[in-house]
Amino acid sequence: MEEYGMRLEDKLYLNGYKTDETGGSHLVIKDASVCESCELKQCLYVCACAVYEQNENTGRIEINYEACVECGTCRIACDNIDWRYPRGGFGIAYKFG
Amino acid sequence: MSSKLKYDVIVVGAGPAGLSAAIVLAKAGVRVIVIERGRLPGSKNVMGGVFYSDCMKDVLDDFPGNAPVERHVIDQRIWILDQGSSVGFNHKNESFNKKPYNCHTIFRAQFDRWLAGEAEKAGALIINSTVVKEALVENGKVIGVKTDRPQGDVFANCVIAADGVNSLFAKSLGLRKKIKPDSVAIAVKEVIGLDEKVINDRFNVKNDEGVTIEMTGSYFNGEAMAFLYTNKKSVSLGVGMVLKDVINNKVNPNDLIEHLKKHPSVAPLIEGGETKEFLAHLIPEGGYKAMPKLVGNGVMLAGDAAMMVDAIHREGSNLAITSGKLAAETYLEVSQQGGDFSEKSLSLYVKKLRDSFVLKDLKKYKGVPDLLQTNKHLLLQYPKLLNQAAFEMLNVDGVSKKDKEKLIWKTVKKEIGIGNLVKDLFKLWRNMV
Repeated sequence: MEEYGMRLEDKLYLNGYKTDETGGSHLVIKDASVCESCELKQCLYVCACAVYEQNENTGRIEINYEACVECGTCRIACDNIDWRYPRGGFGIAYKFG
Repeated sequence: MSSKLKYDVIVVGAGPAGLSAAIVLAKAGVRVIVIERGRLPGSKNVMGGVFYSDCMKDVLDDFPGNAPVERHVIDQRIWILDQGSSVGFNHKNESFNKKPYNCHTIFRAQFDRWLAGEAEKAGALIINSTVVKEALVENGKVIGVKTDRPQGDVFANCVIAADGVNSLFAKSLGLRKKIKPDSVAIAVKEVIGLDEKVINDRFNVKNDEGVTIEMTGSYFNGEAMAFLYTNKKSVSLGVGMVLKDVINNKVNPNDLIEHLKKHPSVAPLIEGGETKEFLAHLIPEGGYKAMPKLVGNGVMLAGDAAMMVDAIHREGSNLAITSGKLAAETYLEVSQQGGDFSEKSLSLYVKKLRDSFVLKDLKKYKGVPDLLQTNKHLLLQYPKLLNQAAFEMLNVDGVSKKDKEKLIWKTVKKEIGIGNLVKDLFKLWRNMV
């Protein structure tokens, strides 16, 4: 892989988010056992915001929904994700768009 | 919201399609409510940034008026990128410097908010921070929507679904099949702040003049389109790749834009810039063949929700505006005739789309998405050869021009073959012309 320029974390920090702390994640893995047997694990690289991460210890896929910009890529790339919009008014709020 | 809210028309989504529909309807005295899930109209909305003005003529007088536009585009460049090189073409024209300007660069968060203001002025009601969960259906006809507000059911004669590329609304109604990874591109974009004078100098423009650069080629590992657009005090740099290629080639979209930033034709143009925002969005690039059913009983689809994007010409928002306007006009005509807003009566909308540039253009290029997906070499081999040929002819090294031409032909024969070259040209001609 090539070297990285600006770090993704720093880019995401620039974005305006209103995280739904009480409602929780708008993205849910339907069946964790499907992930265990998934060889490609495309969720780990197709997401521009690195929302999906594999826990090194448990091997489980974890969802950083706070970083999601609601593009829908993971929804099309994987059938095992229950993808919804965040509650009204929550989630990404672009300044420029 | 009360449980007995009844409007004439519900518009789902405050983007260009929904808001233009709302403006046309409200101006005609129709009671219209626009339901938007963002905190403000535009706060969820993304595009590359080129907005064509012509579509606004039947929606608002005197566009752009006080609309928040960045620069009007006078110089359009196309670059074919390979590793460490590019071959380009440009068209700059003083006609693009005459009002009314043909196209502007814009920021959708600002533009859509402004357009929503115009819809409100026309008499539409805009409700923000509200998610439409699903359609309310009675006897097979859409009679309203269920929202995520308490007692948030809203009723209407007709619903215009303009809820964008993911259109969960259209999906819930079964108007469209599951979107396939070869029908969408994932695009990432950065808004990169630069001094206004620096932009003018680097892009050879003055005042509010703007430049657009579209890029593709073998520099990317897959079917990708990149762009660099000038705004007043920033540039919009982005790149999109068909999701199927992203998945198969294990591409990360953020790596893709970092890769683009390093190209020697791009790097000097953004040098010293400061990223202001990082965006990602799906572009419905499947074209005509990937379009959903456009009408149902009591419902019409418009804009990205209907996959109305002409990827060849980077057009989308103008198709959205025009489709929204035509959906509104359909509503007005059907209601004048005392129609029932059934699928049959609303099919007038499809006829209007067919008579307009929207479906004509989408139909013209209906073969292109398949062509590019099944002929990977078109975007991977030819750009490389083109760059090699340009280098060969321009690099003076004591070899005669005739020998250089021979060398180029030899490479073309070896890499592609004359028979395949003729076939490819024929395929391109059939699908593009």
